[in-house]
Amino acid sequence: MGSTNKDKVFSKGLDSAFLAVYNGYNFFTRFFREAFRGRMELQELVKQCYAIGYKSLFLISLTGFITGMVFTKQSRPSLAEFGATSWLPSLVSIAIVRALAALVTALICSGKVGSSIGAELGSMRVTEQIDAMEVSAVNPFKFLVVTRVLASTITIPILVFYCTLVSLLGAFLNVTLNEGTSFRAFFENAFEQITFLDIGTSVAKAVAYGFTIGIVGCYQGYNASKGTEGVGKAANSAVVISMFLIFIEEVIIVQVSNYFRI
Amino acid sequence: MEETAKNTEPVISIRDLYKSFGDLHVLQGVNLEVLKGENVVVLGRSGTGKSVLIKIIVGLLTQDKGECNVLGKEVSSLNEKELRDLRLKIGFSFQNSALYDSMTVRENLEFPLVRNVAGLSKADVKEKVESVLDAVGLLKTINQAPSELSGGQRKRIGIARTLILEPEIMLYDEPTAGLDPITCIEINELINEVQEKYHTSAIIITHDLTCARQTGDRIAMLLDGHFTKQGTFEEVFETQDDRIKSFYDYNFIK
Repeated sequence: MGSTNKDKVFSKGLDSAFLAVYNGYNFFTRFFREAFRGRMELQELVKQCYAIGYKSLFLISLTGFITGMVFTKQSRPSLAEFGATSWLPSLVSIAIVRALAALVTALICSGKVGSSIGAELGSMRVTEQIDAMEVSAVNPFKFLVVTRVLASTITIPILVFYCTLVSLLGAFLNVTLNEGTSFRAFFENAFEQITFLDIGTSVAKAVAYGFTIGIVGCYQGYNASKGTEGVGKAANSAVVISMFLIFIEEVIIVQVSNYFRI
Repeated sequence: MEETAKNTEPVISIRDLYKSFGDLHVLQGVNLEVLKGENVVVLGRSGTGKSVLIKIIVGLLTQDKGECNVLGKEVSSLNEKELRDLRLKIGFSFQNSALYDSMTVRENLEFPLVRNVAGLSKADVKEKVESVLDAVGLLKTINQAPSELSGGQRKRIGIARTLILEPEIMLYDEPTAGLDPITCIEINELINEVQEKYHTSAIIITHDLTCARQTGDRIAMLLDGHFTKQGTFEEVFETQDDRIKSFYDYNFIK
């Protein structure tokens, strides 16, 4: 009897897991169908780019600068043991360009942008604003989802580029205060080791992270239910799921890029 | 004579409609006809499926069984474009107004207009928005945000937003819910003004008997998943059915 109940619970769990994957897939494919069909909501797209990009600048500046500075400070003792502190600029720049800038930006945006999209669309869903758009013959998916996903896919790579520069500035500050390296020497040394593959990989990561943050936030918010509790859940799930996917994407993209590295 | 012919033409025709959510059987064989120019009030207790019914009419939900014919078209069989075209002819006033929080009143009204009516100049849009706001008596709120409006004002703006597309059918979901008695009467008067001025047919979902008496040409009582009685207000409540009598007795009218 007990095992029958267990079977039922397991079967129900399995059903909902498959249903979630199916719904996610449908949402994902609908995005591409809607993105290339009909008139683009350009005004809303620009508004979302501003909301996602410009309004995240302060947070990205702060975290990027601190990341660059702290990473340099923590790396110095290990290099100093071998008398190789002159390698600091290239070590730090490789770490920042290949991994840190994209990851830090994505995690910050996942918390700030993903939760905000999830909460906004979730509250629009539970207060019937999305239904109101639908019954007034306006496509809410095109207006709300396509614009937000495109905005995060466009602006997060720009934020990653910005974060890279700010992190390098943080690293430079630490290096110049300790080793007295000049600005020019630091950046010549830093960029010497950076290849096109590093830059290409960073851009690919940024685009993937931006798309993930946007689509997960929109999916959670657009499908929110159960009133205010549902809005909180949508915002929370948007952050947790997008962070989880970002780490998976990081592993995959690093493996692929290493395949091309000689 | 022409008027008589006009008034016997059904704009909404629902036959043997069923809708369930899991084990919850909400609508169980609903039949209803709404004639052109007629205001039909659907009365019933909370959770009896009144809102579900109008959501099926506008295509937000799909019935499990039965027919839902609106302006000569079966809603469940329409494709995306056909459904969009049909929705242009239906105005839906939501229970909580569903105004877009991030937009001003003007933007709320412009939103469906500029996306659905081609070839309008800025001056045309401005004129149309102002004229509809004037019709609901709230022109002064044009630049306000929805959060700055009272409950009654939000309802009026919600109705104005639907009127801007000049619908043939209006669906009101609990138009007087949560409002004070004086504002309720104002909303009831607005519903009647809309019927007269825009020549709309309407379904008004409510459990407010004052609203039902003031706005309904015909009342339909939804009980146990189907309409138990339809007729004028007096006809519906002249009954020995305890369920209908108790609905009347517990309302403030008696």
